[in-house]
Amino acid sequence: MREAAVAGVGYTGFSRASGRPVLDLAAEAAIAACEDAGLPVREVDGIASHMVGSDSENAQALATALALPGLRVVLDLNQAGHAPCNLLAHAAAAVSAGLAEHIVIFRALNGRSGPKVGSARFPGRGGQFRYPIGYDAYPMYIAMWARRHLHETGQDVRDLAAVAVAHRAYAVRNERAVRRTPLDLDGYFASPLVADPFRVADCTPEVDGACALLVTGLDRARDLRRPPARIAAAAYRAGPRPGLDIGDHVLTDDYTRNFTDLLRDELFGRAGVTPADVDVACLYDCFTSAVLMSLEGLGLCERGAAGDLVRSGRLPVNPHGGLLGEGYLHGMNTLAEAVLQVQGRSGDRQAARHDVAVVTSGALMDGSAAVLTTDR
Amino acid sequence: MLDTPTTAPGPPGAGTDDDSAPFWAALREERVELQRCTDCARLRFPPMGRCPWCASAGQVREDVDARGSVYSWIVVHRAFRPEFAADVPYVVATVDLDAGPRVAVRLDRPDGVDFGARVAPVFHDHGAWTELRMVLGA
Ligand SMILES: [Zn+2]
Repeated sequence: MREAAVAGVGYTGFSRASGRPVLDLAAEAAIAACEDAGLPVREVDGIASHMVGSDSENAQALATALALPGLRVVLDLNQAGHAPCNLLAHAAAAVSAGLAEHIVIFRALNGRSGPKVGSARFPGRGGQFRYPIGYDAYPMYIAMWARRHLHETGQDVRDLAAVAVAHRAYAVRNERAVRRTPLDLDGYFASPLVADPFRVADCTPEVDGACALLVTGLDRARDLRRPPARIAAAAYRAGPRPGLDIGDHVLTDDYTRNFTDLLRDELFGRAGVTPADVDVACLYDCFTSAVLMSLEGLGLCERGAAGDLVRSGRLPVNPHGGLLGEGYLHGMNTLAEAVLQVQGRSGDRQAARHDVAVVTSGALMDGSAAVLTTDR
Repeated sequence: MLDTPTTAPGPPGAGTDDDSAPFWAALREERVELQRCTDCARLRFPPMGRCPWCASAGQVREDVDARGSVYSWIVVHRAFRPEFAADVPYVVATVDLDAGPRVAVRLDRPDGVDFGARVAPVFHDHGAWTELRMVLGA
């Protein structure tokens, strides 16, 4: 079967107020991804994206804005941060099956100046039990999981702090990051509480911006400008009773293990690698605890040892500074950083070894993940 | 743009539905009424038309003893909506009812909250609707 790869990435700047329509942001990022790869935009014949509620534009609108001659694949997911690697999985499958040749996947939003997802009311039937009682914002749900996870794994808020401090140190070196003021442990503990155990420093800053990736056949990518980031495997997983909406988690039994626990073996198995082979981890970090839980779930460390791993610096985790540092593009930028790392293009934040990168999208009961490798 | 329409009766700003209306109506009478699957016998929450364990549509409604134990909790220091600004800091807990289901509720008088802490229901009348809360010690 034809293999798929990411051939290019494109970004707009990330800001507090773009002053531009979301469709303009999407088009700029998509064009940048094609230019990065050296592919004429008109050759794109597939577009896939995701949004929350109606905070973005659909694939059809982007095809129009890009003046594409036609479309063979469209996919619009109404999913939050668990979508990017899921979109990658579908784009790779579509390319492999011959449904399309070149697929742009994107996330675009005015997430700071427009509707804010963190405190938005999600559509769905679970909300009637949360919003009226003041259990009404995403940091609260993840904090609920975080407290139980820290308790059961013998970790504590110093492990959350380790994530925040390590990510900020990376962000300082990333010109795209919106949070670049150095942060130490004292600074972390001086950060105001939002939803205890979370402080401001545990939470990704919402931003305006867009990010896009160009997915194509591995054979085709070899002829383009950049070294291919081979999509070795990508997978989505939810366990039983994933809830009635994206904030509903009272039907989930265990708040100490997220979806990474469920898809780890399949993901690495299909990619033909093991956790020990991972050179770079780009893990969805809407909040610090998600990094700890995903490091453990993916088997990159023992359960309860995630904070120690982050402190050790043994494994590069989110070398762009994560969503915590770069800003909340809902993880599309997390996936883009993994591409840049595998391609060896991350400048002074480049991981020394970068043959195998693992990426996650999502924090709680469901989500997606991918393994990208160099073209070995 | 992300908001769903308000539907009365029920809690402010929330859309109740045919499955949940009896739950909210029971709270008005200071009762906790949940659905029990007539096939696998499990109680469930939130209310819905089919059992999320066995997909059966068979159900009966029954009053449950809403005492339980704290599974996890948060302390909200920043209100995300103006109607909660005067309440901060406040505690929201996920509580495992002795009867089975897990619910997320506000804790009144939460000093000393801990994993496994015993809690009992208290009912807050908001005028148009009644909120299920919990209080430590049961
Ligand atoms: Zn059943």
